[in-house]
Amino acid sequence: MAEITMLEAIRAALFEEMERDPSVVTLGEDIGVYGGAFKVTEGLLARFGPERVIDTPISETAIVGAACGMSYLGLRPVVEMQFIDFIACCFNQVTNYVAKSHYRWGAPVPMVVRGPSGAGVRGGPFHSASPEMYFVHTPGLKVVYPSTAYDAKGLLKSAIRDNDPVLFFEHKFLYRRIKEEVPAGDFTVPIGKAAVRRPGRDLTIVSYGAMAHTSLEAAALLAQEGIEAEVIDLRSVAPLDRETILGSVRKTNKLLIVHEDTRTGGLAGEIAAIVCESAFEDLDAPVERVTGLDTPVPYAPPLEDRFLPNAEKVAAAARELAKY
Amino acid sequence: MTTIPNLTPVQHVELYYYMQLDRQLEERMVRLFRQNKIVGGLFSSLGQEAVAIGSAYALGPEDWMAPLIRNIGSLLVRGFKPRDIFTQHMARYTSPTQGKDGTSHFGDLKVRHVVSPISMLGDLIPVMTGVVMASRYLGHHTVAMTWIGEGGSSTGAFHEGMNFAATQRAPLIIVLENNQWAYSTPVARQAPLKNFADRALAYGIAHCTVDGNDVLAVYSAAKNAVEECRAGRGPVLIEAKTMRMKGHAQHDPADYVPRAMFDFWKARDPIARYEAYLTEHKLWNAGQKAEIDARIERELDEDQKFAEASPMPPPELAEQGVYCEGCHTVEPDWRRPKQELLPPASSVEAVWHVTDFGAWEEPSPVARHKTPAGPHEKKEAPGGAGKVTAPEQAGGAAPPRVPFGRGPKDKSFERERHEKSYGRPRRGKRGRR
Repeated sequence: MAEITMLEAIRAALFEEMERDPSVVTLGEDIGVYGGAFKVTEGLLARFGPERVIDTPISETAIVGAACGMSYLGLRPVVEMQFIDFIACCFNQVTNYVAKSHYRWGAPVPMVVRGPSGAGVRGGPFHSASPEMYFVHTPGLKVVYPSTAYDAKGLLKSAIRDNDPVLFFEHKFLYRRIKEEVPAGDFTVPIGKAAVRRPGRDLTIVSYGAMAHTSLEAAALLAQEGIEAEVIDLRSVAPLDRETILGSVRKTNKLLIVHEDTRTGGLAGEIAAIVCESAFEDLDAPVERVTGLDTPVPYAPPLEDRFLPNAEKVAAAARELAKY
Repeated sequence: MTTIPNLTPVQHVELYYYMQLDRQLEERMVRLFRQNKIVGGLFSSLGQEAVAIGSAYALGPEDWMAPLIRNIGSLLVRGFKPRDIFTQHMARYTSPTQGKDGTSHFGDLKVRHVVSPISMLGDLIPVMTGVVMASRYLGHHTVAMTWIGEGGSSTGAFHEGMNFAATQRAPLIIVLENNQWAYSTPVARQAPLKNFADRALAYGIAHCTVDGNDVLAVYSAAKNAVEECRAGRGPVLIEAKTMRMKGHAQHDPADYVPRAMFDFWKARDPIARYEAYLTEHKLWNAGQKAEIDARIERELDEDQKFAEASPMPPPELAEQGVYCEGCHTVEPDWRRPKQELLPPASSVEAVWHVTDFGAWEEPSPVARHKTPAGPHEKKEAPGGAGKVTAPEQAGGAAPPRVPFGRGPKDKSFERERHEKSYGRPRRGKRGRR
């Protein structure tokens, strides 16, 4: 079993699914001959041809709309957003047409929109966004945000086989920075199931995407100080794995939520509300959150570093919680 | 009116049946609205029946369509019944959406091949492009049709969809229903165009302009467009000039429309004109007309009763059906060997073949002195009624029309094009009417 990066794991999932099922097709900007801006789709065109790997004009609304239409005939299109920031260009198509299709008239839309998301690579305000909450807020969509190569492969396969539209966020900071052994053959990771990355007894840190790694770093720092943090990686942002979150809070009695997305209206608020509704009696401390600032993602390194949570910021918040 | 030799007398009369059915159905709904029996707004296509019906009538039984709010007639042609329209507007549990959506917002993926509309205009064009790309991919020989108003043609989604459909040579017919008013906004505030079909020039696709109140002209143009699309020369844009004879919806008295404009168009009522045509050409007699009108009354009575007697949906339905959760099985209808789409058959050399290096070229002396016609100059609609005009292509020769992303350099495509004659209907399958 070879060690591969998260990017290679995503590519492997695409190759294997397209090999397995000719109803899987891909479309997006520069994904064919060029192989995608990040080279995720490199090699797909040569292997599967231009009927299945479709280079499109710069038209996010047309791409997502066409994918939706293709899915009505039973195909399983996988759309690439060159950067997930550009999903804003097809917001209406995604949230009004695709998301409401099954509810309104019983037409399932088995499509995936995937793309590189997140900050930390000096991309500036238009290439660093974490726009997941627009879609978590939209009934009818599923939102997946893996943090490991294994999960990226298994979750993308699940997303492609799912009969509902799935948005698949690929944190671009992780693309080539993490490596792990991933089985070459077929396996899936279920959508809607979180993973406990590190068990602990003193507090629970809930996170996802690149911040799952930041949270683990913080947990390692805290362990040196005798604070044992349990780290939960959500993997799916919608639907949320409420059971795993609540189970952990009932054990540790303290909750810290970490995400890179901006603070107001971020997922932390929703998780805090769920825990307050369902596990209030179990809490020994206020629910804490460490998040991105309520600003656009700035460009200059000192500004972006200020914007982003890091292990030190997470550990500092955890220390406050541990005092209760 | 245009004369159509290839329609039988029965088909001629059937067109009347659909138009009168649509008219009477919508007149009834106006009455139901006044009795507070319609939930929400009522958007009528009264006066525009010829566009919806003439165009949809040109489709074959397996072809796809996505109507807009003023295409109730198209839904009737496609086999939906007045009860579907009544129950949708009355939000009944027996409606196609069980009360989850109203008006013409419903569809049928399995039998009638109708894709449900969305209120945000323009979005259906990309969706229907995807539908025909998929049908081509699966080896079906179907075309798709969708409608848009002159107002809707101002949206970004319209442009993206038209452009993408054009790059894909999608067998898609876009009927641009120019009904002069987008809510309260007149044509001149949408675009400085005399003929909205001219928008097709920007996409390099075939187009025509027709009298939208002449059902045979609309049918003829649509039929030509369907043939073009089946031959792999899509997409086609048809502009049908007509008039919205009511307000945007029933609440809107349309005070902003000059009375003379209503009078002008009233004199061109599509149904009255068609009745006169049928009589003049002896395609029916008074007895037949009376018989059809009575049949329409009977059908509408029965379906209206059905709708009014139908229950509202149970409140708990509100919480159901957001996700599929296993209630549907998604399986495409394959009509070509899957092996063609799997390696090694699918494999290609991943390179672009660029023949035009894109430099500025000296225009010919003739072209240099020719000034393009201004948008407001009097000009015949290109090609005349019903005749689609293929646009001039950059570089002179038209690019090869290729199905679904396959380039002319793709040897497997070249081979199949001769062997399987892509994009043409199989013998015996064309046109149910």
